[in-house]
Amino acid sequence: MAIKVVERRPLTLAERTYLPQILAGLKVTWDNMVRPSVTLQYPEERPTIPKNYRGVPTLVMDPNGREKCVSCQLCEFVCPPKAIRITPGEISENATNAHVEKAPKEFEINMLRCIYCGLCQEVCPEEAIFLQSQYSLTGLTRESMVNNKVKLYELGGTLPDGHHKWDKKKEEAEKQAGGGH
Amino acid sequence: MVTDNKPSLVTINVDGVEHQVPAGANLVDALGKIGKEVPHYCYHPKLPVAGNCRMCLVELGSPMRDRATNELVMENGLPKIGWQPKPAIACATNVTPGLHVRLESPGVKACREGVTEMLLLNHPLDCPICDQAGECKLQEFSAEYGRGYSRYVDEKNAKPKKTRLGPRVTLDDERCILCSRCVRFSSEIAKDPVLGFVNRGSYNTLTCFPGRELDNNYSLNTVDICPVGALTSTDFRFKMRVWFLKQTPSIDTESSAGANTTVWSREGKIYRVTPRQNDAVNDTWMADSGRELFKSVDAPNRVNYATVKTAKATLEAALATADEVLSAGSLAIVGSSHMSVEEQRLLARLAKAKDASVYIPAHVGKGDGLLVSEDRTPNFRGALVTGLTDRAPVADLKALAADIDAGKVKSLLIVREDAAMLGLPASTLAKVRSVVLATHHNVTTAAAEVVLPALTVFERSGSFINCQFRLQSFAQAVPGPTGVLPDALVLARLAGADAATVWSELSANVATLTGLDGRLLPADGVQLDGAAFAAHKFPEGKLLKFAPVVLA
Repeated sequence: MAIKVVERRPLTLAERTYLPQILAGLKVTWDNMVRPSVTLQYPEERPTIPKNYRGVPTLVMDPNGREKCVSCQLCEFVCPPKAIRITPGEISENATNAHVEKAPKEFEINMLRCIYCGLCQEVCPEEAIFLQSQYSLTGLTRESMVNNKVKLYELGGTLPDGHHKWDKKKEEAEKQAGGGH
Repeated sequence: MVTDNKPSLVTINVDGVEHQVPAGANLVDALGKIGKEVPHYCYHPKLPVAGNCRMCLVELGSPMRDRATNELVMENGLPKIGWQPKPAIACATNVTPGLHVRLESPGVKACREGVTEMLLLNHPLDCPICDQAGECKLQEFSAEYGRGYSRYVDEKNAKPKKTRLGPRVTLDDERCILCSRCVRFSSEIAKDPVLGFVNRGSYNTLTCFPGRELDNNYSLNTVDICPVGALTSTDFRFKMRVWFLKQTPSIDTESSAGANTTVWSREGKIYRVTPRQNDAVNDTWMADSGRELFKSVDAPNRVNYATVKTAKATLEAALATADEVLSAGSLAIVGSSHMSVEEQRLLARLAKAKDASVYIPAHVGKGDGLLVSEDRTPNFRGALVTGLTDRAPVADLKALAADIDAGKVKSLLIVREDAAMLGLPASTLAKVRSVVLATHHNVTTAAAEVVLPALTVFERSGSFINCQFRLQSFAQAVPGPTGVLPDALVLARLAGADAATVWSELSANVATLTGLDGRLLPADGVQLDGAAFAAHKFPEGKLLKFAPVVLA
């Protein structure tokens, strides 16, 4: 086989001094040195969670502080890993939200089972369950990984409500009781 | 001399396809039989027709005839159909030969949509908290014929949400669609007319007559037949959504009427008991008292484990002691009409093997002429058929107590009876060695040497023979307490028999049960020939589907 000799271009003076390359390298180093840091000092620092993030499922209250869940148990039904367990109960007649009639006596979500699919949020007819920004959940026992009703409301807090469905219903009923339309 | 039990058939035409249906049948039922559902709320096959919900509107027609010649008018080689100008309700129509029905036409669809929209005008749409959700006709038909949003701009009518109609029934007036099924049931079936409508138009409201309440023993049937969530069971209210519940066919054990029931359970817990249709026994009804019986399953005094001399023992050890007690000589057995046919047969074999005398206590109460009979046990006929006894049940056990006092009885086996309540006091019981098979602790179990745990009707399977001599089976709905064996297995062990072959043995040796297997019965049971026992005097009076045989 014939050998073909490739002619090399001779190096220029600048190339032979190697200084431009060193400076170019130093520029990269410098640029990175002065750029804002992307590393988060987790867990002291926490990332900003986008609005549509599917974190730990939580129960929420409406702005009037009324628990929104009416224990219809649709989330329990739809939950693929059967993580949700609801004990339905009746609201006592003296309660401020007695007009809703029904609320969960106990509401448990087993976070060892939960797969964060968000079907519970999607199915909820009362907009009471939301997968919010909480993403880190740890526990030392299996029991501590089951979120009960108190914990779920603690995690969920209050979210704005565009409907106030039950309160409107109550207002209408009161208006009619006070003299009709 | 019945040669053909089948009703004569007529041909009707449904959406252009001809079908054979029973002559004279109600159109809703007839169409249901051929798999065509006519949406309806107020119509109920066991109640008089009211025709007020208007949901079952269909278009009807019949072949036209020439008035002069009475011959069919033909059109394009086919009989010309004269369609009625307006839709008619199917529930008030009986099928006639040549009837033409349109179920799928645009007109019929428009009718259903119109009725649905009207019914939803003032409906609260509170399905998330409504117990009927999942078995609600209004919910189902709204999905099919509703428009998905409301055109109604005015305020909805507010009505009372939580009215107490009676001790067991709560009314949510807003959900009521005024179908009047409950009103008709109360007056026609329960013969206790207490319900009615007051006010007019959209203020029309279901209520009890002044000073009355819906407190008869059949009040919960109104909850069953309510097509919406207006009438709710106070006991079942807000307890569990129906789609979680498993349905198990069972039999009401409160009396020998033997009403067919469905037991609704979830994860081993029973939530409610409802009637199951059996046109030969209970139609679609049952008494309220029978629906409470499941609460005994979780009673605090349940016998959960075997005891020997009141000390907890393994079932094996208790059975070994029981064997020893039963062999102590001169055995007497107190059997029960609460036992299933299978258990009674095994007990009969034990009695024969040990040459024991058998006592079956009677439990007699007042009958109501419908579905609670005088004999408050489900299966005395079974004791006769299986040969456990050939005598009428004894009113009390005083004769047995006298025998014990006289030293004629050395050992005693009591199955599913509280002997102490029947004239056999604990002091007498203490004189003999005794084995008790019981579901709940009572004075008798406290005095017995060996107590074997038994299962309730909800925890075991078997069959009963009701007062009509109808053999009906019940299935296990929930598991029993841990480690408790079905009564049949315990009795088989004591009798040295095999519980698995009890039906082949019954089928071979008992003429009344020839060719039958209690595990393979049809859902509505099998009618037995009770002629062999016609000489017995039974306490039952007339019931919904039973009339006592009057001896000449």
